[in-house]
Amino acid sequence: MQQSDRDGDELTPLHPNYVKSLRVSWLIGTLPFVIGALGLEVAGVLPRGSFIVPVLLVALYAIVRVPLTRYQARGYQMGGDRLRVVRGLLFRSDTVVPFGRVQHIDVHQGPVERGYGLATLVLHTAGNHNASVRLPGLTHDDAVAMREHIRAHVKRETM
Amino acid sequence: MGLRNAILPVIAVLFGSRNWDGAGMAILPILGAVLLLSLGGGWLVWRKTRYRLGESDVRIEGGIINRTARSVPYERIQDVSLEQKLLPRLLGLVEVKFETGAGGKDELKLAFVTEAEGAALREAVRERRDGVRTGPLSESEGSLAPETRTLFAMDLRRLVTFGLFEFSLVVFAVVAGAAQQFDFLLPFDVWDADKWMELLAGPGHWIAGLGIATQAIAVSIALAAFSILGLVTGLSRTVLRDYGFRLEETPKGLRRRRGLLTRTDVLMPVHRVQALAVTTGIVRRRLGWHALEVVSLSQDATSGSHVVVPFAQMEEIAPVVTVAGFALPGPEMSWHRPSPKYHFDNAAMGVSVLAAAALAAGLLGTLLPFLAPMAQIAQGVFVLLAGFSAVREYFLWRHDRHAIDGRHVFVSRGWLAPRLDIASRLKLQTVEIRQGPIARRRGYANLDFGVAGGALGMHGIPLETAREIRAAVIETLARVDFSRLPG
Repeated sequence: MQQSDRDGDELTPLHPNYVKSLRVSWLIGTLPFVIGALGLEVAGVLPRGSFIVPVLLVALYAIVRVPLTRYQARGYQMGGDRLRVVRGLLFRSDTVVPFGRVQHIDVHQGPVERGYGLATLVLHTAGNHNASVRLPGLTHDDAVAMREHIRAHVKRETM
Repeated sequence: MGLRNAILPVIAVLFGSRNWDGAGMAILPILGAVLLLSLGGGWLVWRKTRYRLGESDVRIEGGIINRTARSVPYERIQDVSLEQKLLPRLLGLVEVKFETGAGGKDELKLAFVTEAEGAALREAVRERRDGVRTGPLSESEGSLAPETRTLFAMDLRRLVTFGLFEFSLVVFAVVAGAAQQFDFLLPFDVWDADKWMELLAGPGHWIAGLGIATQAIAVSIALAAFSILGLVTGLSRTVLRDYGFRLEETPKGLRRRRGLLTRTDVLMPVHRVQALAVTTGIVRRRLGWHALEVVSLSQDATSGSHVVVPFAQMEEIAPVVTVAGFALPGPEMSWHRPSPKYHFDNAAMGVSVLAAAALAAGLLGTLLPFLAPMAQIAQGVFVLLAGFSAVREYFLWRHDRHAIDGRHVFVSRGWLAPRLDIASRLKLQTVEIRQGPIARRRGYANLDFGVAGGALGMHGIPLETAREIRAAVIETLARVDFSRLPG
């Protein structure tokens, strides 16, 4: 676990509920567009279905497909002294944060996340680049446990 | 303070009363009242502002109606700087700034205290922060003096040389901006091209009638005027900023003093230096002139300039680098270059985009014959740019390089004015490997480091190298806890 920092090592996947919570978020996010398209449809400016059909298709793709690919692209690896976060499908990013550099830690829960018992762990460092590294899709208990583990490493928060 | 605030109302009164009859009678009392109010206000603000050095924090209380009391723990103060603008300088006052890393408006300021008090305040804050002594404030500045050593200073000759390289045409931007603001004062509309054409070739033909030789002389005079103005601007800006530049090594860190009218005095604790950058310019590089900048925690986006050596040869910079706890790359350093694929792809992208633009311009020229001359010019420009970008990428591939040794990460990047970044491996915060869609197919990656107060990255290096460097750097990072760093 200690010096395992190579690709090809198993990444821990996020909790499956993450897909569901993303879907709910996308549902809420696309709702205004669907309603707007419905409104235009009722106004009847263009032939029937020219607004609602493409909008519904895009929304459906965003709700069904995007969360799944996102979930599959993400993962993390909790080491004894570092956390590795991998994300992105097209633009891949692979970040390693040593616990010794963590300034403070947030466990964040949005309303949707709370509904699914999930949380986002945010590690703040002093760097300008990657000042905060976010890891969403953890169960709340896991996130808290990770926070405690990391905090045990951070001897003093001041620099 | 108060007087400065009174300037605007006074102008407003003078301006507003232009058209009054018997204005003189009314103005004097109003002016008196404004002055009295602002002076009184200033006095009240001064009365109500006070500061205290507590056991663990600095407190500043202020405000007449809304009282605010701000407290900043000593550990959070990254730096204390003293600033003197012209007027306070004449009166022997300084403004004390406590840099906390909050940046901008949230910085803690204390304006104004006397010079001696400012210096004592700074000493006290530093001592308490570093936990050297927590006793009462003592007047022991003199005892520190023998330990200070001048690392770099600029005499007038150097300053002038530096100023000549700081050639700047910013004054023309200012003039143009002013012309736009105050164009109602000008006899004609400056932005009206027809008027200019008329002047150049209009009914009078007076410029056209001057003959080739005279025209050539006029053009050379105009060019000479431009360059002289640019030189003078650069020179005066440099002298104003860097007059009496002096960098000293003190037991508390690097101390920098500079400025002609606004004199600043900044102290940078050495252990807070995160990274160094050696920069240069297109022309001055040929003569071996470089500058050294410090990236430190207290550096926020606005106060950017932490130049510790503005203009020097490398052998003058080397000792400062050593004092800051870093090392310049030696001749035996094994440098690595980015993947040729990265620069090839960049060049291919740039060239294809520009070639497409050239093609489009050519097409436009054939479709709309009246645009043909313009289209031809545009086409030529695009083709030139394409060639330029290809040459540039080739050059960058030849010259961009990076290296790591036991303690440092070195990255040298840039074409005409290359920049060398030196970061301490121990002080990196995060390491990220990034790949876009093309990069993934072609097997290279960007390696970006999180640095407090700056950015550092190796771009387009082979993925395998990126992984190796990251593994090595993370090993060093994880071994040493940040809060237990030496210093």
